[in-house]
Amino acid sequence: MPLAHTDKTYEAELKDLRDKLLSMGAKVEMAISRSVRSVTERDSELAQKVKDSEREINRLEVEIDDSCRRILALRQPAASDLRFITTALKIVTDLERMGDLAVNIAQRAFDLNQAPPLRPFPDLTKLADLAQEQLKKALDAFVESDVQKAEEVMKGDDLLDAIYKRLFNELLTFMMEDVKNIRRTNALMFVAKHLERLGDHVTNVAEMVIYMVRGTDIRHPRSRELEQISRK
Amino acid sequence: MTAEPQAQIAVRKLSAFFRTTRALKDVNLDALPRNVLAVIGPSGCGKSTFLRCLNRMHELVPGATISGQVLIDGEDIYAREIDPVLLRRRVGMVFQRPNPFPTMSVFENVASGLKLNGIRTRYADQVEKSLKRAALWDEVKDRLGESALSLSGGQQQRLCIARALAVEPEVLLMDEPASALDPIATARIEELIRELRERYTIVIVTHNMQQAARVSDWTAFFYMGELVECGRTEQVFTNPKESRTEDYVTGKFG
Repeated sequence: MPLAHTDKTYEAELKDLRDKLLSMGAKVEMAISRSVRSVTERDSELAQKVKDSEREINRLEVEIDDSCRRILALRQPAASDLRFITTALKIVTDLERMGDLAVNIAQRAFDLNQAPPLRPFPDLTKLADLAQEQLKKALDAFVESDVQKAEEVMKGDDLLDAIYKRLFNELLTFMMEDVKNIRRTNALMFVAKHLERLGDHVTNVAEMVIYMVRGTDIRHPRSRELEQISRK
Repeated sequence: MTAEPQAQIAVRKLSAFFRTTRALKDVNLDALPRNVLAVIGPSGCGKSTFLRCLNRMHELVPGATISGQVLIDGEDIYAREIDPVLLRRRVGMVFQRPNPFPTMSVFENVASGLKLNGIRTRYADQVEKSLKRAALWDEVKDRLGESALSLSGGQQQRLCIARALAVEPEVLLMDEPASALDPIATARIEELIRELRERYTIVIVTHNMQQAARVSDWTAFFYMGELVECGRTEQVFTNPKESRTEDYVTGKFG
């Protein structure tokens, strides 16, 4: 059992911030899941729920930013607390963007659901499943401070990108077969693109979890190598 | 901190005792020239005792002894031939409460160390230089003859720094130098520490972790008489190696 802070109010403030992040993460997870289903199950009511949840997600972003600023100004956090606060400040932006992507997907569902259905694309389901799995794993990694899970998420993103590329080409071919498909297939392409972007934000969260736990920044190793070479 | 050849202060297996009580346990620590080393830790962790071992003030307490070595510029300061009074000229000290000599003027306070040490020099030049280095000259140049007690607390503390600098020390020890000062006076002292770092090796003991973070290059964390960790200040405050350091800097004990 790790020690608690001597200052109980501070301890409570940190816990409150963590709870807010978890609550925001859960809401984003729900929004993404509903947005995907609003496309796959042609459910515009769900799409509407996604749109309605955006306001709540945005409100949490503002609240979390505010809590972080307060703690930075009043508590001067150090060491793991400091890394937790900086992580919170960064992942809150990614979470908010994920919420936006859910809304974007829901928006496409409204369009798609008004038109006759297209044939199923198994890769789209695969992409959606993997994206959600990645999101869940990244949030778990954050909650449990689990570096191994975060690393798995980072590896998983390559697979996500590969499926996206394959699906994109399939949709492109399908589009070319019949001009009547273009509008609806284009909407699906957007959905796929949003899921692929979701994966990038999820990866950002995973990278920050590694920073939070280990204190080492693993982002952009290549560009830092180049910088070191140019300094020499 | 293993750059032994360049260390200005090298502490080796230093233990300090008050009669049978061991206040410091086998401390090994280096301070690099023209660097600021901050010593942090909860009350009673031995940080002030550590500082007082560096200019042999610890032994002034009845029953106080040490074992181990303190080398300054490679020279063992506890060697038989070392005169503690001369040593304290090389290793200046500033205390928690400003302690100017109350019956002396501003000028006499700064010159006192020179006189006591029998240093023959043009006092006026040396006093001006020291007051300038202590960032006090502009505020007191027209009132050098006034009592030192007419100065504000922050000015008195800088006067004490000027007094320590007048005898041209190599090392400056500071024991909570800003804890009795208001935030602006504290900021001046901290700014001064950064300036002094250009010329002197500074070891500062502070309760104020943010102050340690602001002014120092290296931070050493003491706990129950032991050196737990010493590292680059940035590293100690963002990613300490030891869990006891982590718990202390995040406010979990102490």
